Amino acid sequence: MNADPLPHMHPARSFQGLILTLHSYWAQQGCVILQPYDMEVGAGTLHPATTLRALGPRSWNAAYVQPSRRPKDGRYGENPNRLQHYYQYQVILKPNPTNLQELYLGSLEAIGLDPLTHDIRFVEDDWENPTTGSWGLGWECWCDGMEVSQFTYFQQVCGIECAPVSGELTYGLERLAMYVQGVDNVYELNFNGLEGADKVTYGEVFLQAEREYSRFNFEHADTAILFRHFEDAEKECRALLEAGAPGQEGGLHKMVFPAYDQCIKASHVFNIMDARGVISVTERQSYILRVRDLAKACGEAFLLTEAGGASVEAQAA
Amino acid sequence: MPDLLLELRSEEIPARMQRKAAGELKKRVTDGLVEAGLTYEAATEYWTPRRLALDVRGVTAHSKDVREERKGPRTDAPEKAVQGFLRGAGLSSVEEAEVRSDPKKGDFYVAVFEKKGRAAEEIVAEMMPAIIRDFPWPKSMRWGAASRNPGSLRWVRPLQSILCTFGPETEEPVVVDIEVDGIRSSNITRGHRFHAPDPITVRRFDDYVESLEAAKVVLDPERRKRMILDDAKNLAFANGLDLVEDEGLLEEVSGLVEWPVVLMGEFEEEYLEIPSEVVRLTIRANQKCFVTRPAIPHPEPVEGPQREAKLSNRFIITANIEAKDGGKEIAYGNGKVVRARLSDAHYFWKTDQADLPDLGDLTESAEKFRLDLKKPLDQRMARLDHLNVTFHAKLGTQGERVERIRRLARELAPIVGADPDLADRAAVLAKADLQTEVVGEFPELQGAMGREYAELQGEDPSVSRAIEEHYKPLGPSDVVPTDPVSVAVALADKLDMLVGFWAIDEKPTGSKDPYALRRAALGVIRILVENGIRLNLAEIVERSAVSMKFAENLRESVGTSRRAIAVATQIIDDAKRRYDQQRLSFAADLLEAAKKYPAADFDRQLNDAIQDAHSVGPDLLSFFHDRLKVYLRDQGARYDLIDAVLASGSGDPAWNDDLLLIVRRVEALSELLGTEDGQNLLAGTNRAVSIVAAEEKKGTHIAESVDPALLEEKAETQLFSAVNQAESEVGEVLGKQDFSAAMKALAALRAPIDSFFEEVLVNAENESVRANRLALLARIRQATGQVADFSRIAG
Repeated sequence: MNADPLPHMHPARSFQGLILTLHSYWAQQGCVILQPYDMEVGAGTLHPATTLRALGPRSWNAAYVQPSRRPKDGRYGENPNRLQHYYQYQVILKPNPTNLQELYLGSLEAIGLDPLTHDIRFVEDDWENPTTGSWGLGWECWCDGMEVSQFTYFQQVCGIECAPVSGELTYGLERLAMYVQGVDNVYELNFNGLEGADKVTYGEVFLQAEREYSRFNFEHADTAILFRHFEDAEKECRALLEAGAPGQEGGLHKMVFPAYDQCIKASHVFNIMDARGVISVTERQSYILRVRDLAKACGEAFLLTEAGGASVEAQAA
Repeated sequence: MPDLLLELRSEEIPARMQRKAAGELKKRVTDGLVEAGLTYEAATEYWTPRRLALDVRGVTAHSKDVREERKGPRTDAPEKAVQGFLRGAGLSSVEEAEVRSDPKKGDFYVAVFEKKGRAAEEIVAEMMPAIIRDFPWPKSMRWGAASRNPGSLRWVRPLQSILCTFGPETEEPVVVDIEVDGIRSSNITRGHRFHAPDPITVRRFDDYVESLEAAKVVLDPERRKRMILDDAKNLAFANGLDLVEDEGLLEEVSGLVEWPVVLMGEFEEEYLEIPSEVVRLTIRANQKCFVTRPAIPHPEPVEGPQREAKLSNRFIITANIEAKDGGKEIAYGNGKVVRARLSDAHYFWKTDQADLPDLGDLTESAEKFRLDLKKPLDQRMARLDHLNVTFHAKLGTQGERVERIRRLARELAPIVGADPDLADRAAVLAKADLQTEVVGEFPELQGAMGREYAELQGEDPSVSRAIEEHYKPLGPSDVVPTDPVSVAVALADKLDMLVGFWAIDEKPTGSKDPYALRRAALGVIRILVENGIRLNLAEIVERSAVSMKFAENLRESVGTSRRAIAVATQIIDDAKRRYDQQRLSFAADLLEAAKKYPAADFDRQLNDAIQDAHSVGPDLLSFFHDRLKVYLRDQGARYDLIDAVLASGSGDPAWNDDLLLIVRRVEALSELLGTEDGQNLLAGTNRAVSIVAAEEKKGTHIAESVDPALLEEKAETQLFSAVNQAESEVGEVLGKQDFSAAMKALAALRAPIDSFFEEVLVNAENESVRANRLALLARIRQATGQVADFSRIAG
């Protein structure tokens, strides 16, 4: 993209302009620009482009938008800050370059946040995802007191030590857009940057869906079906991992991505059941552990694939 | 003498770790210098969010040459011995050893080792990598391409550079060459991330600090704190406001900025309807900003603790830059976030005062605690019980705990002068706020929020106050509750915790006290002693322990039985036998609790519980004694007096289970020992005690009791009657807890004891006379022992 975008494409005017600016910036840094993963996930981290690719020795640089579903956060479209479906902008750089902080700050400048006008800060915030057995150290990044991103150096993913470590950046796109557009209500965000009759707001795109999904998540999702889905996904995940397992020592695993899809599915089904309030405090922990077991098994299997570096090691040996 | 300058620059270090890390760096480096035989005059550590720095002054340039010798065998010793010596000393042949002569020993071998002194920079270069690698961060990480390899450097966040220079003031300092995981030391640093990111060349500490200052980095954390505090106060003052100071926040904020710039933000006044503490914590926790209150021109002293000091709608931000627009955007942005957070807090605050959606499910719990489901806080308590929120896996739910606290508070009420119904009500509502949204967000507001909501729903003022105060005192300097209702609930809460964790054997050990039980015990002690309340802990502890153990047993054996009620009735009968009438209601309560569990053998379990509980009592009481010692010692009492008092009596812990009386006895004893009579009594008693003890050891016969017929001397007879009188007087006044009278009665023994020792020879020729005299001396020990074990008192 050229340095001077059309007015309606300016990140401070349009939600999509913000996304395109980030795409352009990270593409210039050499990232592959991926599209969202075509499954329901709770966070951009769960995209296999992050969770699986963070494992193993191969370098990997990618950026993408990921719609994120948090059934419990639904507010029937009535809260100006909380959504059960929102966008995360996700960047993963493996291994992390030594100037990752500078690269990140460059992305903020690209969307119009001048660090000598805005107070940008790295405030301790360690990240942990118990459902995948992953953790890292890093910060929440503040802009004028508002958290606009999460910055993490992955130490462990799927219970496996990261070697090398990846740097992960997650931008909360709606919040960032609200800030640069100066809007207090997410539904009033200008989506396409046009004015008058041509203007499309975030509310026009998503408000109805927020209301409908809130009803589904909190009231109507059939819990018996959900329980079944969870069991099925768990079973399928294990079956695929077994079916794809290498026949001999040093062989490659042949079915990790499909198995991992089932792990993601189980995780999301669990989130809806949680929103429906049918999981007690004690059960909760055991469901989390069941998903974590799947994630770990997938992570271990990934290391036996080409993308997971198995052949790299085989060649080196 | 040369100075050493060290800077470890990294990506942003968590604020809470900086101070300790800089201290560790200083300790490790200076320890290393000293260990290597160097000395230094002074060392000062500094830090910012992006660097730890160390300034060591006056380091010796070289370590001294060291000569060590090791003596070996005689030159004519067997070959084996000589070879052994050479091996041990690392020498290849005898030619490398020296031969010395000694007139007695003759000629013998000596191995001489000479260690050359080394240059300080060499020593520093050698020790730094290990210091960096083994740095004790609470949490550390790997990063970058190096993390492909196992054993790569770990640091709190990526380490970016090492600056290390060494040299005397008069010369150009050298760069000490250090390399860790590809990071090579230099004399280069960088300034503020945004204002001055370019490299800066450094020579020594003085120009380092100056260059940093010019590059918008204030190195000294204390100076940053002062700047923030002064600027914040001035900015508040200029706006007719007072800063609400907060040392913890100031420390944290100073660790988030290298170049502090103080600004003011604003929110809508309507949010001031939220309790001040909630506003303050919302702004502090999420935004790390200070709040302000309208300035009072001539502040009047306010009686008692200040609650609800009204805040203003302006708050203070500490930015890290001198913004191009003077900070307009920063203030605007922060205001926006604060507003969103306060809007959440406002929502929580209002939600907590509205009906719960699941009222229909709460009737059973409401009945159990006689709750009024029309009132919001009552609803929250009902829900706390209904949801079976766990307090501790082995100690049941919060609901069960509240039931126990409630029973105990009711029982304690008459003892502490509280209305039992109010104590009951306060205990029932004491934990209700754990179910409120505000406490969910800010756990530190537990109690304070309960009080707010209790006041709003029109509870009796004593009840409202007790809801907040029952957690108190929170430490040695916190205020002790005085209102009887607060006292009853506070004691019940703490005793329940202590007995509970003792019953399941989760006592504090060493430095580990995860449930803050030491604090709870100190709380009980302070409440009793500072309010002058007498309480027999032994009985209360035992009874609580029985019910706790019983409940635990039941919980473990939830089987199935149709005989439940029949067995339960038996338990009442048992309980009747085992407990007196006063305790019967307690047994009935137990039974009520037992009915919930379909277990078969209540009977056995109650028996077991009673057995188990017996071990809890004495052990917990001795823990109280230990905490009491610490408390009294902090108050300036003599350690030996406390020991002497605690060792008195029959050895039955119940004898010393009234903590207030122990304190009174220590006071009275201390007073007695301040007099001449007291000192002489002590000397006389100890002499008597040591004579008896020595004879006991020798196996000398000592009469069972004193036979008046064998008393020969006048002094003997006088002492005998004095001891008789003192003993009976002491017994009588002790019954009335009049300790100074008891001490006076004992003091009367001084003269007869003195003349006994002057005029009577204990070791009489006649064996039965001697045995009788020793018996008389033993009586002195017995008489004084009622008050204190005098032998434990240091002169």
